[in-house]
Amino acid sequence: MTESPDTSARTGTFAVKRGLADMLRGGVIMDVVTADQAKIAEDAGAVSVMALERVPADIRRDGGVARMSDPALIEEIQAAVTIPVMAKARIGHFAEAQVLEALRVDYIDESEVLTPADEAHHIDKWPFTVPFVCGATTLGEALRRISEGAAMIRSKGEAGTGNVVEAVRHLRSIVGDIKKLTQADSAEQYGWAKQLGAPIGLVQEIAGSGRLPVPLFCAGGLATPAVVSLVMQLGAEAVFVGSGIFKSEDPARRAAAIVEAAAHFEDAAHVAKVSRGLGEAMRGQELSALSERLADRGW
Amino acid sequence: MSIGVLALQGDVREHLGALAELDVEGRAVRAASDLRGLSGLILPGGESTTLSLLLGSSKLFEPLGEAIASGLVVFGTCAGLVLLANEVHGGRPDQRGFEVLDCSVLRNGYGRQSESFEAAVEVAPALGPEGASMPAVFIRAPLVERVGAGVEVLARAARPSDPEPRAVALRQGRVLASAFHPELTADRRLHRLFLAMVQSAATGCEVGVPVGVA
Repeated sequence: MTESPDTSARTGTFAVKRGLADMLRGGVIMDVVTADQAKIAEDAGAVSVMALERVPADIRRDGGVARMSDPALIEEIQAAVTIPVMAKARIGHFAEAQVLEALRVDYIDESEVLTPADEAHHIDKWPFTVPFVCGATTLGEALRRISEGAAMIRSKGEAGTGNVVEAVRHLRSIVGDIKKLTQADSAEQYGWAKQLGAPIGLVQEIAGSGRLPVPLFCAGGLATPAVVSLVMQLGAEAVFVGSGIFKSEDPARRAAAIVEAAAHFEDAAHVAKVSRGLGEAMRGQELSALSERLADRGW
Repeated sequence: MSIGVLALQGDVREHLGALAELDVEGRAVRAASDLRGLSGLILPGGESTTLSLLLGSSKLFEPLGEAIASGLVVFGTCAGLVLLANEVHGGRPDQRGFEVLDCSVLRNGYGRQSESFEAAVEVAPALGPEGASMPAVFIRAPLVERVGAGVEVLARAARPSDPEPRAVALRQGRVLASAFHPELTADRRLHRLFLAMVQSAATGCEVGVPVGVA
């Protein structure tokens, strides 16, 4: 303890990247498409906003290629709020990620909601200073993203549907396999690594700790306070709400209610109180009616 | 000794884990009734705007303010420091805090996430011998711009962009705060100091210099 202090500051370390994800736990990250929506989200208590040109429900409706947002829009949103601002890059599109890093966004979502740019490779996220969040449907997918440098994992769910069934499937799969993995002996862990298609080091780490080495958040089809309580009781540490807020009848009230539900997810009386009279939720979609599943993008 | 961690949002689990390492079972505080019988409370890292709103909507703001005024020992990290500071810049105009630590802080004063950093910070004698340091993780941290006369500076750090060493850990009476996140590293000196402050508040003694070992 007596050596002279090494005061050289290091940015972009894994501790710093995952640290911001830790600070967002218990909170709600909201998709916004304008600076005004970003203000509404911040006023309602969002811990962060995701700056987008179109919410997933509109991307679905409009079709075509979905790309990174206009930097001018991202900058407007950064100027409008004091909370962290995230933005999406296409799967494998490291140049979009470089642009977002140059814009000094706080987190990059390498997202299946946008049209993938590479059919074989996700972004190598280690060289970046900015942290990344990636979607996953299974534990193997989550661990592959972490091995590429993701500092936060979210369930993919099925974005833009207002239907939580896929997010629940993904969460149950990830959390369920983690539980099973903690029961595996050292020989069986190699079998798990092979079956999951994941590095043995990460598999061994999770077998010991019983949790992912980065925070696990939930996204995809969340639209009500009760759904937020559901996924957090299933093991999600925070939630992303996309179309669910600004496609509803009264976004400001719904946003505040969803923030309250995330903070008090174990208190059903509190969730009941904030759920009263919120107006109509987003219309939502039955999954069998979908022509394309966004969750199938990425591997 | 009953210690709480404000559990509305943020890295609550890490603080509970740090307390457990020191053989103290922490209590998650989400409602005014959870404050009963507490002798110390940790305000964790998180988003200070969110925490401030949730303190109001959860009807915790006034009871917690009264508890601090009547001697509850508090320890705030990052967003927790923002909630305790007398003066906050760069926040929302309607953002409320407890105003019990005489200092002024600039929210996100070190910049955005790309400027978040880890470094070893120089510590004062209350936390270790001369020349000692402790590891510190700063996440969109508040920058302490002014420190009041009655406030003890427990740690300082300089940045390449700002060679002036700034106060990054502070103590005033029964209030302890840091701009960084001691709960994210394995160094438990600040949590130990907090527990020592709780202990001496209970026995009515002044806080002496605790054992400066991690």
